[in-house]
Amino acid sequence: MKKPNDVIIRSVTKVAVVIIFTFAINLFISGHHFPGGGFIGGLVFASGLILMFLTFDMETVRHNIPVDFKVVAAVGVLIAVLTGVGAMVLDAPFLSQSFGYFELPIFGKTELATAVIFDVGVALAVIGTSMTIIMSIGDDR
Amino acid sequence: MNNLVILPIIIPIIAGMIMVIFRKNIKLQRFFSVLSTIAISISTILLITQIHTNGIQTLHLGGWKAPFGVSMVADMFSALLILVTSIVSLCCLLYAFHSIGKEREANYFYPLFLFLITGVNGSFITGDIFNLFVCFEVMLVSSYVLISLGGTKIQLSESIKYILINIISSFLFLVAIAFLYAMTGTLNFAHLSIRVAEIGQEGLMTTVAILFLIVFSLKAGLFLFFWLPGSYSAPPTAISAIFAALLTKVGIYAIIRVFTLVFYHEPEVTHLFIGILAAATMLLGAIGAVAFWDIKRILTYNVVVGVGFILAGVASYTTEGMTGSLYYLIHDMVVKALIFLLGGTIIHLTGTSKLKEISGLIRLHPGLGWMFFIAALSLSGIPPLSGFLGKIFITEGTFEAGYLWLGGIGLFTSLMVLYSIMKIFMNVFWGYTDLTEEKEKGTTKGLMLPIGILTIITIALGLGAQGIHEYVDMAVEGLMNPSIYIEAVLGGNLSQ
Repeated sequence: MKKPNDVIIRSVTKVAVVIIFTFAINLFISGHHFPGGGFIGGLVFASGLILMFLTFDMETVRHNIPVDFKVVAAVGVLIAVLTGVGAMVLDAPFLSQSFGYFELPIFGKTELATAVIFDVGVALAVIGTSMTIIMSIGDDR
Repeated sequence: MNNLVILPIIIPIIAGMIMVIFRKNIKLQRFFSVLSTIAISISTILLITQIHTNGIQTLHLGGWKAPFGVSMVADMFSALLILVTSIVSLCCLLYAFHSIGKEREANYFYPLFLFLITGVNGSFITGDIFNLFVCFEVMLVSSYVLISLGGTKIQLSESIKYILINIISSFLFLVAIAFLYAMTGTLNFAHLSIRVAEIGQEGLMTTVAILFLIVFSLKAGLFLFFWLPGSYSAPPTAISAIFAALLTKVGIYAIIRVFTLVFYHEPEVTHLFIGILAAATMLLGAIGAVAFWDIKRILTYNVVVGVGFILAGVASYTTEGMTGSLYYLIHDMVVKALIFLLGGTIIHLTGTSKLKEISGLIRLHPGLGWMFFIAALSLSGIPPLSGFLGKIFITEGTFEAGYLWLGGIGLFTSLMVLYSIMKIFMNVFWGYTDLTEEKEKGTTKGLMLPIGILTIITIALGLGAQGIHEYVDMAVEGLMNPSIYIEAVLGGNLSQ
């Protein structure tokens, strides 16, 4: 069988994936005060991964990113639920959030919030779930 | 604020997620699933004692007060149901250990089972109608997978029907919520109750109420039960037992909650409609139960009869009727799980579910036979077993409300239930023993323990009814007086 000529998509993907991942992280971080957040950041991140699966074949990507996305989703949900449990340990209602301002070396005065940990969980859950769905549809074994 | 309220939801979800991570370790999964159901039982018993002394317990998630935030509300009614849910699910899990098979265990059976419990407990405890929808979905998505897990031909064909019917009803549920939100501007049960009382339950509001009734009827198997006998007989015993015990009950819970807390102003329309549907359900279910000669079919039609009977008490909308419904609801969850496990064991032993091909099983399995007899009597409400008290109260309630026909149909269908279940008992356990121990398709090893536990519970619920009377009374008082619920959730914010 003749090998398809996919030089263009391979070259574009190598650059685009980096941009997509950066954008995903940007969306994730801005989510605390502006539109964005764990859900949409996770989705964009997953779209970057899917682009890689489309361009290079599944085996190659699986070999380079050896993670089970079902486990990623489970870990995400666990993180999200456990931040809620953390509030319970401190005798506040389940899912209570807290934030504070800290002086960090490079960033200067920065707002750090526990809601971000919850959002990390959401992002992981979204990445895990959407990748599991896409890969089980795309996998023909 | 009481963080105990959320535990029945987060314990199973944490345990389930840990199991997904350790997929290969079946021993760990079994251990965690039993541990989490026991943990839920203990936390719910604590919760019940707190509700008993301090009234309804609420939790506003993240500290956002109702009606703006998401609230979880545990009144006596939902706490009792959660306790029974966790006991029944523990028994079904114990049964699954010896019957579900390696293949299903390796393919996320235990996590799915716990997600199902998460959804059921969440539906019982949420104080917000949109969250009720979400918890319904959590429960349904897990049940979709559980019903098709294993992929046998009958499971796949039944799961298509099951999924289609539930997607349609979920869609209608969402539409009904949208209508309600457009008219009242709130989704919190307590706040809804106030707003509906203010606006008055006129024609349009009653129409929305009927739309909700249709949605919940599809889930509960009230009149719209055509999908139920097929779907509940397709999956393996442990799964169909938990379906029969829990899934329809969540629909019943939603009907009771919505029609005692929000839409209680026009009982002559809505509750009479529930009564008519209940009567039709009982009659059709009983005819199905009498007509079939197949164990699985007879048992699933008995689920349908039970649904009709519980809602007959709700339709009467009297204290007696509600008390009866609650007793019967608790009884029904236990006894339906029990009778499904027993029926599944018979099929497991003989390899067939056709009554005419089985006979004389009592010689080989006397314990199984006598427990089936007890379960059968309990199912049809013979004193002193657990079904009796519920039957008495429901009949009394319907007579008091002037629905003589409803009570009459209830009693008449009880006889048909007794006939249908005795038909199984006589055909399976009496007669000539043509089976020998060597020819049996399976063993009862390990299967008798959960059946024994449930049998003891059904006897104890009957004999010790006085013990739970206080709690049931408190639950019914809460259902009949919506102001208690509203006061507990909104507190000082009543004027909004």
